Amino acid sequence: MKIAVLSGKGGTGKTFVAVNLASAASSAQYVDCDVEAPNGHLFFNPVVDETHVVNVKRPVVDNDKCIGCQACVEFCNFNALAYVKKGVMVFDDICHSCGGCALVCPEHAITERDDRLGVYTLGHSENVSVVTGMMDIGKISGVPIIKALNTFRSELTVVDCPPGSACSVIESIEDADYCVLVAEPTTFGVHNLKMVYELVEGMHKPLGVVLNKCTADKNPAEAFCQSEAITILGKITYDPILGKLGSEGKIAVRQLTYYQLFFKGLLDKIIWEVSHETNANS
Amino acid sequence: MKIAIPVDEKDLNTTVCVSFGRAPFFMIYDTTSKQYDFLDNSAAASSGGAGIKASQSIVNQGVEVLITPRCGENAADVLKAADIQMYQSKKGLGKDNVALYLNDGLSPLSAIHEGFHNHGGK
Repeated sequence: MKIAVLSGKGGTGKTFVAVNLASAASSAQYVDCDVEAPNGHLFFNPVVDETHVVNVKRPVVDNDKCIGCQACVEFCNFNALAYVKKGVMVFDDICHSCGGCALVCPEHAITERDDRLGVYTLGHSENVSVVTGMMDIGKISGVPIIKALNTFRSELTVVDCPPGSACSVIESIEDADYCVLVAEPTTFGVHNLKMVYELVEGMHKPLGVVLNKCTADKNPAEAFCQSEAITILGKITYDPILGKLGSEGKIAVRQLTYYQLFFKGLLDKIIWEVSHETNANS
Repeated sequence: MKIAIPVDEKDLNTTVCVSFGRAPFFMIYDTTSKQYDFLDNSAAASSGGAGIKASQSIVNQGVEVLITPRCGENAADVLKAADIQMYQSKKGLGKDNVALYLNDGLSPLSAIHEGFHNHGGK
């Protein structure tokens, strides 16, 4: 079973929820798809067993063979190529590594080379196996790393997604059976919750919301869930102790019985929802 | 010699467009024939890399001088590789800018911006 944890806005508690859900299980796999700023490992502090490099393909043009037909330039949907003064210029940062330019070249003047994008590491921390994707500094898109991370799946896999609702998030939830949306009670938070809700709905993934940082005040995120009849999986009350534990890089579930029980309950609820969804759709 | 300038309309009295890569048209003036011509900018609707694609069109037209309000990094790389000279346009009509250029009234474009990739957030 694969559960993806996401939220439109950053800082709502994705990593907090994902790390604690994985920790609350008897055994689980935690996959950090926030490859631009992975931070689940700061909590798990895993023993790293393996490191794998993720490469992408970039075109290499042999200008001696090039006849200047510009077939590659015209083919590239991302405009990553230009033909100037009897030579092809390649803009690596724009290239999406589709390999199409090499295929359309009538002179076979284009080959591909490996370009390192980042790494992913496999490690373990008590009951959790920790998979962390890390994009190298200065790279533009981490999607190919997330694609590599998508091949990981176990009995229970918890995916920590990047913030936002763009390509990297779409890729992160691609293989998920269920999406947990973490929302905070702010106007900005609700705005981004709506965006990510539309995205997950559009991808026909079952979903539920965890309301984080709840106070006695009105909760606009809760109001949104009620108006859209979205399942509320649980509410986490604003608790300064969680802030303190977070700042110390500690996992609440491993420190406090209250949160151990809370996240066990939340996990059970999600697992029930997933099996319910499966039955409903079969 | 051909001079190109990004413009808003396909009209002799068109204003200079604020964007290079996403300008709807390019006005091209040929100093030999003294004729104005207009080129549809197929890059305007690109999801990305518009500056590169627009530059390619300019290069393929055999343009030697580009008058523009701004130019992104990638576009400038293509234009520079093609030895196209870039001049800073002044607010107003495209044809007035051409006249200014011909009378040495424009300065070379000094600032190249990093581009507005990723939702204009940069």
